[in-house]
Amino acid sequence: MNSVLNTLASLGAFVRQNLYGLGYATRMFLTIMRRSAFLLKRPRLVTDQVHFVGNYSFVIIAVSGLFVGFVLGLQGYYTLNKYGSEQALGLLVALSLTRELGPVVTALLFAGRAGTSLTAEIGLMKAGEQLSAMEMMAVDPLTRVVAPRLWAGIIAMPILAAIFSAVGIMGGYLVGVPLIGVDEGAFWAQMQAGVDVAQDIGNGVIKSMVFGVAVTFIALFQGYEAKPTPEGVARATTRTVVIASLAVLALDFLLTAVMFSS
Amino acid sequence: MAVSDKHMENPSIVSLKGVDFSYAPGERTILSGLNMEFPRGKVIAVMGGSGCGKTTVLRLIGGQVSAQKGQVLFEGQDVGQMNTSQLMSIRRRMGMLFQFGALFTDMSVFENVAFPLREHTPVSEETLRDLVLMKLNAVGLRGARDLMPSQISGGMARRVALARAIALDPPLIMYDEPFAGLDPISLGITARLIKKMNAALGATSILVTHDIPETFEIADYVYFIANGMIAAEGTPDDLRASSDPFVKQFVSANPDGPVPFHYPGKSLAEDFGASV
Repeated sequence: MNSVLNTLASLGAFVRQNLYGLGYATRMFLTIMRRSAFLLKRPRLVTDQVHFVGNYSFVIIAVSGLFVGFVLGLQGYYTLNKYGSEQALGLLVALSLTRELGPVVTALLFAGRAGTSLTAEIGLMKAGEQLSAMEMMAVDPLTRVVAPRLWAGIIAMPILAAIFSAVGIMGGYLVGVPLIGVDEGAFWAQMQAGVDVAQDIGNGVIKSMVFGVAVTFIALFQGYEAKPTPEGVARATTRTVVIASLAVLALDFLLTAVMFSS
Repeated sequence: MAVSDKHMENPSIVSLKGVDFSYAPGERTILSGLNMEFPRGKVIAVMGGSGCGKTTVLRLIGGQVSAQKGQVLFEGQDVGQMNTSQLMSIRRRMGMLFQFGALFTDMSVFENVAFPLREHTPVSEETLRDLVLMKLNAVGLRGARDLMPSQISGGMARRVALARAIALDPPLIMYDEPFAGLDPISLGITARLIKKMNAALGATSILVTHDIPETFEIADYVYFIANGMIAAEGTPDDLRASSDPFVKQFVSANPDGPVPFHYPGKSLAEDFGASV
């Protein structure tokens, strides 16, 4: 009986702690949003960060996009060829990338590359008392440091996802058309006819913006709340990758269910 | 000595009245019923062993933490009752030098000193340049303006942080362990700069440290904190002449005394099995 009660008590404490954490993070997110108007007066803070986080992730995203495109071209051809529909290869590659792989893989790579950098940067700023120093200089770190990085992530993610998809389509084209010999006209024509700008590309962009909010906020929150020790920052960085990746996959399922259910 | 008459004629810029503080309910009490006065224009040192709550005093004055009981007054206003914008407003009138400088590692020495000016004043780039170079000149680092924090020594970083702390000419400057880890030359330079800046700006300096010789050289008044309370206080001369066992142990750096050398635990005989 006692062990059952202990288990229930532990479960209750676990749930309560997580709810508290969720509430705390939500309040912090809303505070950042409320204070973001300041950035309209100093847009340079955001553009600098867009450049920064974009540069962090550009190479890995472009190279990954190319290889994912290669693989999609090969796999798509093998499958479509069975049904004599290899002309639809361009459509398959484009839809796969714009609807799913572009936003999702970009977000996962962004979490691993820029997200961890953001967590470590903010965590080390905290450990080095830079955030405290800023507070004591009457400068709010949430407004001056966290908000520009969050908006940079929200802006950079769709751009990076678009680059991923574009490079991926080129990869699919290179494998499908020059290498395997799919008709070039059919490859592009099917893609042009089958891809809907609002439904496919638009929803992909919305997805990547949502992922941008989720991944960047998780990275910044973990850095801001990290224990100010080397071990604390290391753990926070690991948590960023784990939580952000799971959040992206879960959000992807929800968004796909809402966007493409009809 | 009574609180009212101990600091001579100057009214206090900061007062702590009956302050109790712990970091979380039920946790160890850091400060208990603390009363302190920091008169204008003076250099006041807050001393004590590691973990005695010295830095917490600075965090209370800056409003980074709030007292559970008592009042922390800055220019007569209760810091603990202030909202965020009021806190931001009083912090513009405070400068703080952190233990290891806390320089922004992605900015040059010049940009670090320019940071508070850029954030709070509408000065032109030309005026800003002159102001920053004047502050850097005051700490002897005008020539290091283009270096990054990773390219300068710990002592230099402390001096850059001092230039940044005084960028807005605050009436109150707080120093958290300004001498920690410095070589003798840097230590002497930092101590002289603190005294010089205080006189030049007509400011009040609160010095949290456990470095006796340099502090006694520059401080007008010294508080010793132990177990969250004021263990002793007075001018450096008073404390040098004090017969209080705690002050004597601290000033002479004796390993044993009221602050024991051994962490409390089982007796030696018990641990080695000599007693049953």
